[in-house]
Amino acid sequence: MKILVCISNVPDTTTKITFTDNNTQFNTTGVQFILNPYDEIALARAIELTDGGNGSVTVINIGEAGTEPTIRKALAIGATDAIRINAKPHDAWYVAYQVAQYVKANPFDLILTGRESIDYNGSKVAAMLGELLDIPSVSIIKKLEATAADATVEREIEGGKEVLTIPFPFVAGCAEGVAEPKIPNMRGIMSARTKPLTVVEAVEVKTFSEIISYETPAPRGQVNLVPADDPAKLVDLLHTQARVI
Amino acid sequence: MSVLIYAENAGGKFKKSTFEAVSYAKAIADQNNTTLTAISIGDVANDDLAALGKYGAAKVLNVTNDKLKNFINQAYASVIAEAAKAQGADIVVLSNSFSGRGLAPRLGVKLEAGVADGAVSLPEQNDGKFTVKKTAFSGKAFAVVELTSTNKVIALTPNSYKVVDGSSVAPVEDFSVEAKASDFKEMIKDIVRSTDKVSLPDAEIVVSAGRGLKGPENWGMVEELANLLGAATACSKPVSDAGWRPHSEHVGQTGIAVSPNLYIAIGISGAIQHLAGISASKVIVVINKDAEAPFFKVADYGIVGDAFEVLPKLIAAVKEYKASA
Ligand SMILES: Cc1cc2nc3c(=O)[nH]c(=O)nc-3n(C[C@H](O)[C@H](O)[C@H](O)COP(=O)(O)OP(=O)(O)OC[C@H]3O[C@@H](n4cnc5c(N)ncnc54)[C@H](O)[C@@H]3O)c2cc1C
Repeated sequence: MKILVCISNVPDTTTKITFTDNNTQFNTTGVQFILNPYDEIALARAIELTDGGNGSVTVINIGEAGTEPTIRKALAIGATDAIRINAKPHDAWYVAYQVAQYVKANPFDLILTGRESIDYNGSKVAAMLGELLDIPSVSIIKKLEATAADATVEREIEGGKEVLTIPFPFVAGCAEGVAEPKIPNMRGIMSARTKPLTVVEAVEVKTFSEIISYETPAPRGQVNLVPADDPAKLVDLLHTQARVI
Repeated sequence: MSVLIYAENAGGKFKKSTFEAVSYAKAIADQNNTTLTAISIGDVANDDLAALGKYGAAKVLNVTNDKLKNFINQAYASVIAEAAKAQGADIVVLSNSFSGRGLAPRLGVKLEAGVADGAVSLPEQNDGKFTVKKTAFSGKAFAVVELTSTNKVIALTPNSYKVVDGSSVAPVEDFSVEAKASDFKEMIKDIVRSTDKVSLPDAEIVVSAGRGLKGPENWGMVEELANLLGAATACSKPVSDAGWRPHSEHVGQTGIAVSPNLYIAIGISGAIQHLAGISASKVIVVINKDAEAPFFKVADYGIVGDAFEVLPKLIAAVKEYKASA
């Protein structure tokens, strides 16, 4: 099975988010970038599914040269080879379009993404790719089992879950439960240096949206402490003051 | 030019998040002096369809093709896109639900539309610019997105727009679309809906607990409090990692983002990754035995105390309040 895993390079989860240039740019000063945690889950499942020489795992990233450490990490974890499409990712549509162009020329049986990137939280790339390639997509999956012909996935629905069977090829956005992220070992780290990383130039894409500014949430006031032996006071405050019960 | 809202149902019933999305879409239609059409797919009672008029739909398109009884992402996206074209709708609104997140991007591609997912307030329309505020960085910030395309798709975050209730009844029309075979590759094997549980992303109240609860055997009190309040239950990441609770309950930066009116956090430290997914909560209550726990810095109300002592008393107090209300 040939699997493609889309990976993105995102600010570390401990990052305090700030902006510059009059709140129009994300402030990258001192920010460490990591492999998007959901993409790690997708990658881990792809490696499991191809274990024992049962196919290959290609990772693809839309990014400038600065994302290569993240790509090398994916190779160290166990991807077979990597593609970097040389461009600053503009938005989900831009990313999906670039990946779709690549996949049209280089078909895969299964395309996995993370359910969302932890920076823009769009959960859009998987479904956009599905539409661009005219194949099924499931945006948020919790489980993925595969046979030679098709796969069974479990997805979350409001107040429950749904089990689906889907023939290859399709696209799925992986969430927690699909696999445990894998930690690269010494051998993986050594071999990652020599695994193929191909750089492809981006194609022109129309733009439909633009981030024009950012805001940070309004700070909250001081906490109103209630004595531990008087929770009735809390219930009263939630009813009469906060009006939430 | 008009606005189309996809009115999502869960097991044949509309949820509050759908009424929010209809109310929101109506306000956008008003901004543009145009009308709002709703589209419903699947088995929904006629009265429920007509009742969408209360929230501002001028007309409801009802799609009842047997093959479309249950949600199939690709097929639903085709139907909604066809409806948008047939109605001349250039703005399509839907809920940023689990299904909405599969649909909005496909609609974006089909309609060559910019997509504002996770919208938290009404669009602003100035000097020909159409901008929408959406959550970003897992709730650590917001991004204002300009949709520069003619067609636009907006997916509304649950609990971020008030339901506006009127009294109109909307006419219901059947709507059918030639179904493409290639849209039906996914086969549904099983649907398990737990009707007694409140869905986490939609919940108005969330009762959440962390590692401070020591083990899964202690979740009875968390569930009891949640039941009393009609709340959904949630947990921190180490709790789901340890298998004490299912992954679907884990909230935070790498879990589900919630936006309830009330978030009650019990025995959770308030790590930055946890706060990321819950910062859109309107009121935050924290119960933690450590007065220095970072969670108190973002809480509106707090109790410094041992959960094993506070929770039973709090449950008793809520029961008393319920009995007197
Ligand atoms: C990449 C990455 C992503 C992450 N994503 C998430 C995420 O999405 N969501 C998330 O939650 N975490 C996430 N984390 C983990 C996060 O950093 C914290 O480790 C986690 O939130 C801590 O969970 P906790 O507060 O339940 O446990 P702890 O940190 O162990 O805190 C337990 C708290 O309970 C209190 N306590 C103990 N006993 C009692 C008692 N008897 N009564 C009252 N209080 C008591 C303690 O004072 C303490 O504050 C992520 C971490 C990483 C590295």
